[in-house]
Parts: sequence; structure tokens; C-alpha cells
Amino acid sequence: MTEYLVRFVAGGLIVSVFAIFGDMLRPKSFAGLLGAAPSVALATLGIAVVQHGPQYAAAESWTMIYGAIALACYSLVVCHLLMRFRLGALPATILAFVVWLVVAFGLLAGLGGAA
Amino acid sequence: MLVKLSSSALKETRWYEYAIRFVLGGCATVLAGAIGSQFGVSVGGLFLALPAIFCASATLIESHERHAKEKAGLSGRRRGQKAAALDAAGAALGSIGLAAFAAIFHATVGASIAFAFVAALAVWASVSVSAWWVRRKLRVTRRSHRPARSPSAKRSRFVKP
Repeated sequence: MTEYLVRFVAGGLIVSVFAIFGDMLRPKSFAGLLGAAPSVALATLGIAVVQHGPQYAAAESWTMIYGAIALACYSLVVCHLLMRFRLGALPATILAFVVWLVVAFGLLAGLGGAA
Repeated sequence: MLVKLSSSALKETRWYEYAIRFVLGGCATVLAGAIGSQFGVSVGGLFLALPAIFCASATLIESHERHAKEKAGLSGRRRGQKAAALDAAGAALGSIGLAAFAAIFHATVGASIAFAFVAALAVWASVSVSAWWVRRKLRVTRRSHRPARSPSAKRSRFVKP
């Protein structure tokens, strides 16, 4: 239980710091870079290193590359849903999540995890 | 336009909007940990790049832009969509940096844990900023090579970046 509480507080704090920084930055396209900040990764990898050691964290960060590629596809699909199909931000970001799941798990199935 | 850091934007954000992002960020981190424990390290790793708070951020950006336009007595729906799309385009470029972060962390964590975090963050920042800068330069170059159009057609499809 304590572990999950630590994860929650650490993740929430790091995400909030990046979000506040993103709010302050202009232009908007530059601030958008922080939408792909490694906020969840910093908290999770930090805890993984302490709990399981560097080898575990290294294996976790390998498949994170697939997740990042999926995030790029997700962001592009959100952009097109907003601009071409004129959807609102909430339905566009929820619908595009299917793309993230398909690309991330497709890459994992095709390329496999870290050795 | 140069990159600027302005604290005035923080005044537009309400306290509960920060609370939403804190809770979503915390939940995403708990979820990533729980999935890693349940389904193994490979599946857990995917969730380190989960677009957890993107949904909240894009919705907030859209609503802020829409309200700003509506204050001026105009419909802000399209403006809000364009602002959220710009944020998404930025996140797509940032994802290249995120992949670089993961690759550098993977390569260096065995040697030194502290160095792995510092190097991965430095690479994330430099790759993301470089990708944004290259895209911006390419857009400027493409625009300058286009034939002249009517003033109304010259307006960008996106809001002023």
C-alpha cells in the first residue's frame, strides 16, 4: 500500500511540475513538447531501480521506446481528428487511445521485449 | 516567435485543473507499476509512455482558448480545436525525445544510475527541442517557396504558434 502511495505522490508531483512548465511556455507547439515529457517514466524508473535494481529498469526502459513510438502515432492521430474531422479535444484524445494500444502492443508482439 | 516563459498563463488556470493533472499523473504512475507487477516488465515498460494526462491537457487548452475567444464575442470552438491540435503536434515531436530518453537510459543505467537519469533527461530535452526547431525551419522554408496567394488564403490552418 505504501509503495502505491509513494508512486501516486511522486507521479502526481512530477507530472504537475512538467504541466505547469508547459503552461508557461510559448509558442504552443513548443509547450506541446512537454506533453511527451518523461514524467511517469521518471517516477516509475526511480522506484524500479530502488526496488529491483538497474537490470529491471533497463528492461523496462527498452519497451518504453515502443510506448514512445506509439505516443508519436497517438499525437498525430489526435492532431488529425481535431483538424480534419473537427472533433472536440476530449473525444479525439479518448478515441486515439486505441491507436496507442494497437501500436504499442503491435511493436511488443513483433519485436519482443529486452533480452 | 522566440520561445518565451510567461507566468501570466498560470493565472488562467484554476486550482482544480492542477488537481486533475496531479491525480491523473499519480494514477498513471500507479497503473504503470501495477501493470508491471501483474504482466511483467515488458508490458509495464510500454505504460511509461502512456498519454495519461494528454487528455486533460488538451481539453484544458481547448477550453481556455474557446473562453478567450468567446469573451471577445466570437465563437471559439474552432480556435480551441486548433490550439489543442498544435499541442498534439508538439507532443508528437516530443515523443522522439521520449524514445531517445528511453534508449539512453537503457544503455547507461547499468554503468551509473545517477548518470543514466541525468543523461537521459539531457538527451530528451535536446532531441525534443531539435525536432521542434527542424520542423519549424522546414515549415518556414516551404512557406517561402509557395506562390503568393490572396491575404485571406495566407492565414495558417493553425492558430498563431
